[in-house]
Amino acid sequence: MSIAATDIRWSSGGAAIVQGVTLEVREGETFGLLGPNGSGKSSLLRVLAGLRVPQSGQALLDGADLHRMAPRRIARRIAVVEQHAATDIAISVIEVVRLGRTPHHGILSGWTAADDRIVEDALARVDLTYRRDQPFHTLSGGERQRVQLARALAQDPTHLILDEPTNHLDIQHQLEILALVQALPVTSIVALHDLNLAAMFCDRLGVMKAGRLIACGAPEDVLSAAMIADVFGVRAHVALSAHHGRVHVQFLR
Amino acid sequence: MSGLRLLIGAAAVLAALLVAIALAVGIGEMPIAPATTLAAVTNRIGLTQIPLRRIEEAVIWDYRLSRALLAALCGAGLALSGAILQSLLRNPLAEPYVLGISAGASTGAVSVMLLGLGAGTVTLSLGAFAGALVAFVFVILLAGTGQAADRTILAGVAASQLFNALTSWIVSTSANAEQVRSVMFWLLGSFAGVRWPDVWLASGVVAAGLAVCLAHARALDAFTFGEDAARSLGIDVRQVRAVMLAVTALMTATMVSIVGAIGFVGLVIPHAARFVVGPGHRRLLPATALTGALFMVLADIASRLVIAPQILPVGVVTALVGVPFFSVILYRARSAA
Repeated sequence: MSIAATDIRWSSGGAAIVQGVTLEVREGETFGLLGPNGSGKSSLLRVLAGLRVPQSGQALLDGADLHRMAPRRIARRIAVVEQHAATDIAISVIEVVRLGRTPHHGILSGWTAADDRIVEDALARVDLTYRRDQPFHTLSGGERQRVQLARALAQDPTHLILDEPTNHLDIQHQLEILALVQALPVTSIVALHDLNLAAMFCDRLGVMKAGRLIACGAPEDVLSAAMIADVFGVRAHVALSAHHGRVHVQFLR
Repeated sequence: MSGLRLLIGAAAVLAALLVAIALAVGIGEMPIAPATTLAAVTNRIGLTQIPLRRIEEAVIWDYRLSRALLAALCGAGLALSGAILQSLLRNPLAEPYVLGISAGASTGAVSVMLLGLGAGTVTLSLGAFAGALVAFVFVILLAGTGQAADRTILAGVAASQLFNALTSWIVSTSANAEQVRSVMFWLLGSFAGVRWPDVWLASGVVAAGLAVCLAHARALDAFTFGEDAARSLGIDVRQVRAVMLAVTALMTATMVSIVGAIGFVGLVIPHAARFVVGPGHRRLLPATALTGALFMVLADIASRLVIAPQILPVGVVTALVGVPFFSVILYRARSAA
């Protein structure tokens, strides 16, 4: 039940975006992907989700090449929450979450009570049942993000790929969402900007710079003042937190 | 909206459609009462044996009923095409006429007719289909896959201009005076001269089109958040897009080959239907087809009443309703951006 990448290269319009990334995400772990804007995090996630075909190398789901699998088989295993999900269509919150059941239905199979239960559960898990019948486009950015997470949960996946899921959230919901993702019995790959949240909630971290994976390992091994200076270009002090026992980064001026 | 209310609504629109068809049959140099039309139909099916005037029966069966039914089918087909294009391209302004697909179909049909490739209903339709596909490819190549709303529309404007120019060119270089006059027909649409074989062809295409679209209803729902989102929900995006665009091109081309290019039905009706039944395609598609049918029959009635006894091209009526609607959507799309 793992996702892996072997020497993946992906370029767009002649520019190399992902350059030779090899990575294995273990079953059940929460894997954080760090790196500055434009370092190739989103593109790597799309390749790992089967949405982009790499020019060379393979993305593997339990050892099988993702790009030889039917989209529907992939969608029953891997759910994706994109950074910005937008639509002009006046679709209600519950209808968005119902989209998550799409890969579990063929042309003729009908909607069942079990589908309804899964959908309502998913919405309850992100704490948005009270928004159930509201139009999606009237929600705040953070609420939209949580609805998309509920949609992904309704897919009932074994793997969850999230591209900066905490981007628009207030701090309470950032903590809640990441705690939820960490507690889910699924393998998760999460692109994050906040190093401290990554240290708190991820089992392992990968760091990308200019399309390459330059570090990979436990948060206390990966997050160092030297790495932060090299990749993000800022000075920082890294120490173990006295409160939660995880690594904590303080930025210096 | 609950299932029961939806069913009642659908029944009401269907009843209105039947009444409208009966009224449409009644209009013309020889007015015919709706009751007579009803009697003529029940006589033919064998339910009744009401004595009717021969000439009235002949007018109903030979001219009027085929015209009214074709108007209904045409409205259903064009509205359905509009709904599919709007969902697939995620563009509220998409429809066959605005995207130049109708113009391409016109060029194809006129080429077949005037360049001596045969002029049967089926060959005309094939020509129109080829033209519609060429226009489709032209628009998609020009607009790119980014699908910014305004780029797609600009590409559609270019396609409309190009194919209308080609149509006019073909007509003015190879047609006689009689045929030149009929260019108006291809550009604005008309239900005059519709016969039963046209009705059979159109009903087959619309029924098949609706069935294929309904089979893809869930896939179309999955396009709500774009192509990547659809793919991550397990949709084979390329295949669905190819099938849906082909179905749209076929429905549009069939209608254009029979009645010419009629605009804005595909724009107005899906939005109205979405407003009432919501965005889910399992409800939206049948609602769109039914409402489109009703709208077109009413538009045909209006086209014959406004300046009676003369007949306005039906495309003029749909444009007079559709353009203000188009402006509102364009304005709202701009203020949202």
